[in-house]
Amino acid sequence: MRVFIPGDSAAISVGADAVAAAIALRAPSAEIVRNGSRGALWLETLVEVQSPDGRIAYGPVSPDDVTSLFDADFLNGGAHALFLGKTDEIQWLSSQDRVTFARVGIIDPLSLDDYRSHGGLVALNKALTSTSDWIIDEVTESGLRGRGGAGFPAGIKWRTVAQTPSDQKYICCNADEGDSGTFADRMLIEGDPFTLIEAMIIAGIAVGANTGIVYLRSEYPYAIATLRKAIEVARKNNLLGSKILATSHSFDMTVRVGAGSYVCGEETAMLESIEGKRGVVRAKPPLPAIEGLFGKPTIINNVLTLATVPMIIADGASAYKARGVGRSLGTQVFQLAGNVARGGIVEKAFGITVNELVHTYGGGTLSGRTLRAVQIGGPLGAYFSTAQFDTSMDYESLIAAGGMLGHGGVVVFDESVDLAQQAKFAMEFCALESCGKCTPCRIGSTRGAETIGLIIQGVEVEENKRLLLDLCEVMSDGSLCAMGGLTPMPVKSAMINFPDDFKGGVR
Amino acid sequence: MKYRPWSQDAALVLLASLRDEMGPVLMALQLMQKEFGYVDKASIEIIANFFNTSRAEVHGVLTFYHDLRTTAPTTHEISICVAEACQAVGARVLVQEVKAKFGDETHDGYCFGNCALGPTVMVNGEIIGRATLEKIEQARR
Ligand SMILES: Cc1cc2nc3c(=O)[nH]c(=O)nc-3n(C[C@H](O)[C@H](O)[C@H](O)COP(=O)(O)O)c2cc1C
Ligand code: SF4
Ligand code: FES
Repeated sequence: MRVFIPGDSAAISVGADAVAAAIALRAPSAEIVRNGSRGALWLETLVEVQSPDGRIAYGPVSPDDVTSLFDADFLNGGAHALFLGKTDEIQWLSSQDRVTFARVGIIDPLSLDDYRSHGGLVALNKALTSTSDWIIDEVTESGLRGRGGAGFPAGIKWRTVAQTPSDQKYICCNADEGDSGTFADRMLIEGDPFTLIEAMIIAGIAVGANTGIVYLRSEYPYAIATLRKAIEVARKNNLLGSKILATSHSFDMTVRVGAGSYVCGEETAMLESIEGKRGVVRAKPPLPAIEGLFGKPTIINNVLTLATVPMIIADGASAYKARGVGRSLGTQVFQLAGNVARGGIVEKAFGITVNELVHTYGGGTLSGRTLRAVQIGGPLGAYFSTAQFDTSMDYESLIAAGGMLGHGGVVVFDESVDLAQQAKFAMEFCALESCGKCTPCRIGSTRGAETIGLIIQGVEVEENKRLLLDLCEVMSDGSLCAMGGLTPMPVKSAMINFPDDFKGGVR
Repeated sequence: MKYRPWSQDAALVLLASLRDEMGPVLMALQLMQKEFGYVDKASIEIIANFFNTSRAEVHGVLTFYHDLRTTAPTTHEISICVAEACQAVGARVLVQEVKAKFGDETHDGYCFGNCALGPTVMVNGEIIGRATLEKIEQARR
């Protein structure tokens, strides 16, 4: 009897470990698999039992429900108030288009056998017998763009590294995932770490690199532990190391843990941090693809960018690019967060509207109060009002609407939100996290927070609003990286889309 | 959480484990904190000497990163997420309550990747979602 109880840290945060312990106590002979999360985080802890015709789900299960689940004979699919039917038929999940997240929540994250039987290593085996050019052509052809925020085409970056001669090259995976409202990197690493490992090996083969580094934030202790274990399993099975899978290729990888710095998610600050230094942003050029880690050609990609590559190589570039709209091809792993009734992972082709995401999937607010705002794309992303909910979720449409996709996080706020306070927080966050290199970012952010404070207090409101817009312009124009450069985005979008909150006084 | 008392000898043994690492300074500081609970100021010179770099360099790294601290931690460590997605579900109020109740033990956190089940708090390294004062008290025991 197989029972699936997620070991994902979001599930653990609402009691999955206690649920697992209680079930193990009552059914000592049951085989409990600590899978990743299916992504329907509002249903955690989602307990699934294997039945002859698929998995049967119960949720959200709290430790207190376990006794009644046994009374209802849930191990044999018995009726219960938390019975959800077959997991594959839960519409919230079945209506998604899982590509990057195809295996997350399905498999045992640390079982290589499970991984193999769900399509794992197909891409690696293909890559091992292909030319570097073919791999890079596929990645380019798929239209895959960076999922870390900037949306740069992955294939072009890979080509640059491949064509730069060097005795040493690196594959750096950006798993700093600093954006509030995002958790897809974490869930992929906790739920399907071999996909990231496989992707990094493929990247290594493609550009001629034998060393990979994953820069993983310290705030993710569960992901760090899982990835380190998975790397050990991969080494034992000769997926990593010298002459991998009896070929002439060698590749190994390690995890470097961050130290609580948002700006270290910026790629060059990340390189500095991996080199053990202060996370100060580097000026470009030189591009990291030419002079990156320790001065060597380096691929830097987000977890999701990399983790999509095995699917592209296995199923073909054309299958991937058949999805999406315009120049935003494939799927995006959207993350629904904040004050939302049904939060979690929604992987869909680009082009879904904000409304569909927030209402059809999200089910509106958690509090039940009126939905007032969403912030899309992390702390540097724009605040939108419900008037903009027809906007298509793709790179270009969001820019046209005055925002950005970022890492694909959507944070929902109800009517209790005060956008002037949110704008002030954006400035304070910038002041806290600025690397200090540029004056507009380092000092401007502090002055910005003070100025918004004055507006909130009702002090010379119009004059201070003018000053604030002026400051935003200086920050946008005078900052080296997007930390200072884009902090004005949440501030200005809040002012434009929620003018009532900037009239002085507390809402 | 359990840490061992700081000593120079123990520090040197730990540093030896990083001898082959490239760019070891941040790792060295993180290792000090993991083992001793904080980075003793005396370790700045030790790390600088061990890895043949300057004290200024080590000091610079130590002061850049929010995670690193130079004073011993409290018995319990509560890190509460104050980032946007948790603000949307009441973190601004919760943080006031937690600070009033647990004072020094409380630190601001910026996202634990649990943004669909906030407010999120880490209590002695254990993640708590849909956090309330009661849940935090329970986990702190
Ligand atoms: C302040 C700042 C923070 C960033 N944080 C992250 C992050 O946490 N994760 C990430 O993948 N990219 C982050 N980025 C974007 C990276 O600089 C870089 O564009 C990305 O890692 C490249 O990978 P991609 O092309 O696969 O997206 C950040 C950028 C800035 C300016
Ligand atoms: S904009 Fe801010 S974070 Fe970016 S380089 Fe300048 S000072 Fe550093
Ligand atoms: S914003 Fe609080 S856990 Fe992400």
